[in-house]
Amino acid sequence: MKDKIRIASGSGFWGDLQSIPLQQVTKGQIDYLMMDFLAEVTMSIMQKQRKRNPAAGYAKDLIQIMKEILPHIAEKNIKVITNGGGANPMGCVEEIVKCAHKQGIKGLKIAVVSGDDILDSLDDLLKRGAGLDNMESGQKITDVKDRLISANVYFGARPIVEALKKGAQIVITGRTTDTSLTYAPMIHEFKWSWDDWDKLAAGTIAGHILECGGQASGGNFLGDWKSVPDLAHIGFPIAEAYPNGEIVITKHADTGGMVSVDTVSEQLMYEIGDPTNYITPECVADFTSIKLEQLEKDRVKVFGIKGKPATDLYKVSMAYNDGYTAIGSLTYSWPDALEKAKKADEILRTRLSDLGLKFDEIRTEFLGVNACHGPLASEQNEVNEVVLRVGVRSGNHHDIEEFSKEIAPLILTGPPSVTGFAGGRPKANEVIAYWPALMPKKLVHPKVEIITT
Amino acid sequence: MSKIKLIDIAHGRSGDKGDAANVGIVAYDDKGYEIIKKHLTTERVKNHFEGICFGDVERFEMPNIRALNFLLHNTLGGGGTVSLKHDAQGKTLAAALLRMEIEV
Repeated sequence: MKDKIRIASGSGFWGDLQSIPLQQVTKGQIDYLMMDFLAEVTMSIMQKQRKRNPAAGYAKDLIQIMKEILPHIAEKNIKVITNGGGANPMGCVEEIVKCAHKQGIKGLKIAVVSGDDILDSLDDLLKRGAGLDNMESGQKITDVKDRLISANVYFGARPIVEALKKGAQIVITGRTTDTSLTYAPMIHEFKWSWDDWDKLAAGTIAGHILECGGQASGGNFLGDWKSVPDLAHIGFPIAEAYPNGEIVITKHADTGGMVSVDTVSEQLMYEIGDPTNYITPECVADFTSIKLEQLEKDRVKVFGIKGKPATDLYKVSMAYNDGYTAIGSLTYSWPDALEKAKKADEILRTRLSDLGLKFDEIRTEFLGVNACHGPLASEQNEVNEVVLRVGVRSGNHHDIEEFSKEIAPLILTGPPSVTGFAGGRPKANEVIAYWPALMPKKLVHPKVEIITT
Repeated sequence: MSKIKLIDIAHGRSGDKGDAANVGIVAYDDKGYEIIKKHLTTERVKNHFEGICFGDVERFEMPNIRALNFLLHNTLGGGGTVSLKHDAQGKTLAAALLRMEIEV
């Protein structure tokens, strides 16, 4: 057994810095590269892409990334784990196989993890007691069932560990949890038992620290952000894991950013609820047990972690169509910038009302004044410029289109010193609403296939 | 009695959990944690976010990293792609809480 493994974060979301994966595999020693591409509604966007083109539906950026890193990972035997397969992990793997062939890389084992997509088997699963009512609002699944665009189970580390056991060097999954991409290698390498809750929780927390990429190594840092060096060349976090469950968060030398107790603490707070019950498919981690210690510059030890047994349920992420929105904006300058923006909003609302248009919500914000902090930000009319931002939402596409026609006319028929209407009329966006639910684990099983280049 | 600014003793991170925002506040030292633990009650936080948070506020203590986590329910205008808010994910709400001034 190895005495430690190094798992590097290569992506925190779909659209992250493209240069990072290559940096992670070339700037220092690592054993694993994990890349997270999926946020709450990403699967529904990919599902839509796949509907339009059966070969699409995965993170396309991943193909370019693989092209760049394939020779290095093959030479150094670095394993790559990513959920960038999205709604079409097999389609994604087929493209990667083509890249490998072009580069003359033979004998590489690539695993495809699927089975998370339950959209087509929903009726059957509901008959067998899947439940699937909204776990936050309690709303019944029958309210949205006919409007669903995607429905995916969050699998955990089990199928990834199975793939690694079968010798896969690259593991491409659909909807697996962000954290499992990091702790699956620890379970595999250190032969951790599936009921060693403390160690599984430690791996989970390492995964939570890595899943947002640069957000753990100085990016989006609200502490002394001015002290973070060279963000232009930020190094993404690396988890150095030990068989006893201790983790050291670090990054490659000669990269920007920083890894400190403060940067790691902030990332621990990212999108958590009850910190004593952080639920993943394989365990329940207790964030109040985490101890942090700065060992040296850019090395933070994470230890003392406690875990509890896993639940019998998988989380399911679903998305459904829920009407349309459009956002229009105009910029007003000094003098009386805010007063002008407010007047323009008043005129716009009068015109929308005269047209008899109906919206579920009209929301006006003044960017540069109080859009972010609302009543907490004091209003000052001396501001040099204000962006008037008006958003509308409606189930009726026609009313949204009519709203879009009413923004530009404000320039010649409203308050003066106005600009910023580049790019034409605001576009009507389809609202894809998120539906989180739970279902018994026994109803669904991941599938692991191995393809050899 | 003296007034201190929360931003001078703590930092944090916020984000979305559906229509709820999570606001995590981390004190720089033990003394700072004692202050936020005492003064950042759910009631005080709810009042601070008047006009922004329209639901309950839940509070969780994390003394191990000198942090408090707040869940602000009914805050993000529906959340996700439903929300018309510029900050639909509540990313700037940790900074919004740090605007608070505390008498100590």
